[in-house]
Amino acid sequence: MSRLAATFAACAAEGRAALVTFVTGGDPTPAAMPAILDALVEGGADVIELGMPFTDPMADGPAIQRANLRSLAAGTTTAIIFEIASNFRRRHPQVPLVLMGYANPMVRRGPEWFAQSAARAGIDGVICVDIPSEEDEALGPALRDAGVDLIRLATPTTDAARLPAVLGGASGFLYYVSVAGITGLQQAAQGSVDAAVAHLKAATDLPVAVGFGVRTPDQAAAIARVADGVVVGSAIVDAIGKAATEGRDPSADVLNIVKGLSAAVRTARQEKAA
Amino acid sequence: MTDASTLPNSLRNQPDARGHFGQFGGRYVAETLMPLILDLEREYRAAKADPAFQAEFDDLMKHYVGRPSPLYFAPRLTEHLGGAKIYLKREELNHTGAHKINNCIGQILLAKRMGKTRIIAETGAGQHGVATATVAARFGLPCTIFMGAVDVARQQPNVFRMKLLGAEVRAVESGAQTLKDAMNEALRDWVANVHDTFYIIGTAAGPHPYPELVRDFQSIIGNETRAQIMEAEGRLPDTIIAPVGGGSNAIGIFHSFLDDVDVRLIGVEAAGEGLDTDKHAASLAGGTPGVLHGNRTYLLQDEDGQITEAHSISAGLDYPGIGPEHSWLHEIGRVKYEPCTDAEALAAFQTLCKLEGIIPALESAHALAVAERVAPTMAKDEILVVNVSGRGDKDIFTVAQALGVAL
Repeated sequence: MSRLAATFAACAAEGRAALVTFVTGGDPTPAAMPAILDALVEGGADVIELGMPFTDPMADGPAIQRANLRSLAAGTTTAIIFEIASNFRRRHPQVPLVLMGYANPMVRRGPEWFAQSAARAGIDGVICVDIPSEEDEALGPALRDAGVDLIRLATPTTDAARLPAVLGGASGFLYYVSVAGITGLQQAAQGSVDAAVAHLKAATDLPVAVGFGVRTPDQAAAIARVADGVVVGSAIVDAIGKAATEGRDPSADVLNIVKGLSAAVRTARQEKAA
Repeated sequence: MTDASTLPNSLRNQPDARGHFGQFGGRYVAETLMPLILDLEREYRAAKADPAFQAEFDDLMKHYVGRPSPLYFAPRLTEHLGGAKIYLKREELNHTGAHKINNCIGQILLAKRMGKTRIIAETGAGQHGVATATVAARFGLPCTIFMGAVDVARQQPNVFRMKLLGAEVRAVESGAQTLKDAMNEALRDWVANVHDTFYIIGTAAGPHPYPELVRDFQSIIGNETRAQIMEAEGRLPDTIIAPVGGGSNAIGIFHSFLDDVDVRLIGVEAAGEGLDTDKHAASLAGGTPGVLHGNRTYLLQDEDGQITEAHSISAGLDYPGIGPEHSWLHEIGRVKYEPCTDAEALAAFQTLCKLEGIIPALESAHALAVAERVAPTMAKDEILVVNVSGRGDKDIFTVAQALGVAL
């Protein structure tokens, strides 16, 4: 069983959702990454999403745009991203690590090169924002050959007719983007998330994780009651940006935020039952 | 005219059903946009087959845009260069001063057909922004134009024009604050407002079906040129030259001639301060294939796939990519792409002013500079057509500064 499957299964056995946390790789600097990633794990994150920085992050809001630029300004390269991943894998043999980013940096040296490098670095899955199922050939076959999960995105605009295409070739988990928009801004109405998750779970056996606009422990808890996973990104990335601006090591702030989120996710369904 | 759509080996049948021109093009967008892009494609197919849509487009082209634009024989430029007979396709005489309006009319008719109630667009120099604001005013739809903050500062007259036309101009502070960042921001807005918003993309690039539909709307340039040169000379031209940024005016004039193998087609890329420097916008000569803004095409990028900044004296050519059909035509060798530096364009700009009394856009001046290179190598009975894609009123401040003249 893959690390992702094992982790979602273990969380389900505990009667709770998985906490998926996103940070941009190399933000604020590559040197700061080990402490930040360790803080995510220590705080209770179950799955780590590592963003590959890109000059043109057109699906991201201001917080993650700034993180991309901070990372690139600090000299982060694709080689450094894979180095960050391999080092993480040595320190945390069991924690699933997912690379998230845009097509161009992923396909630059060819999809096979990227997929094999990802597998060697101990990366479990890849989320590519701008390769929809229609362009699967650009990356999908190479990832499947390398044994790396291709995690697909479903959105509020994905209708029933399209859903089978989105699910075809997807593995690891399904990422439900809860708002039609960019990262870190609006929050979806909870009712619409509940309905969408129910609809998706009826269509797939993959775990369904929900993200975009989830910032606080309360929001995370509300989603954790219905989804298999909750993704939090911009709130953590904002804290990293703030600490970096103030010249502090961000890992202490990251640890605090993730502890709060983790506690909320772990108790969400108990509160509901009580 | 031959009907190329029925020829098995026609170069005019691209893209394929998935929007690919060879390895280029495609639909590299976020899942949120995919259903909308599929809708747009269905609606475009229906519109193309609808005589009422075509009739409304034709009527606006004639009475609102002022088409057909003339194909003008340039006697003094011809004499000066001492070679081929030079004809200028006068797109600069269109309403709003460039070819951009052709595409905007087509797209706003699609927006109306799809029931969309809000228009957005990106702009660099402001020409596409002005053309979009113009059609939005004409059809009574609210309109937001995304423009890099650097471009807002250096293109104040166009910013004011857009505001006069009722558009909201949003200055984009992210990235290098130029055209590429304006396009990122327009995509961000679109993804958050898919339910009511139509994105009028300004060039023959972006996700399928945009490269195809923009080309089709701009093909009026080549179709007219073909009829006009047949009337003037009784035969097709030997060479056609057009400037290429994203490449909508160039594909517009080239497309009608792709299957006429005796017609040489030359696209002109902006070489800025030179191809041997890092300050240019020549995606084909100095770039490599990659994925940006919804399509696979040639891009200026580093070894990790990070997009590098483009540079050109012409804000309309200042973009690190190019339309996917041009990438394909480059690879199969049907169109030759030549570089032209800022300095060469500036010289050609002044030559046309003085010899023909026409102030061309700096974009068009790039094509004119290559015409100055090519015409003397051609025989006097050969025919050269240059697409004067826009007028240069917007550029007089840039030109004055480059010439060291204080206004």
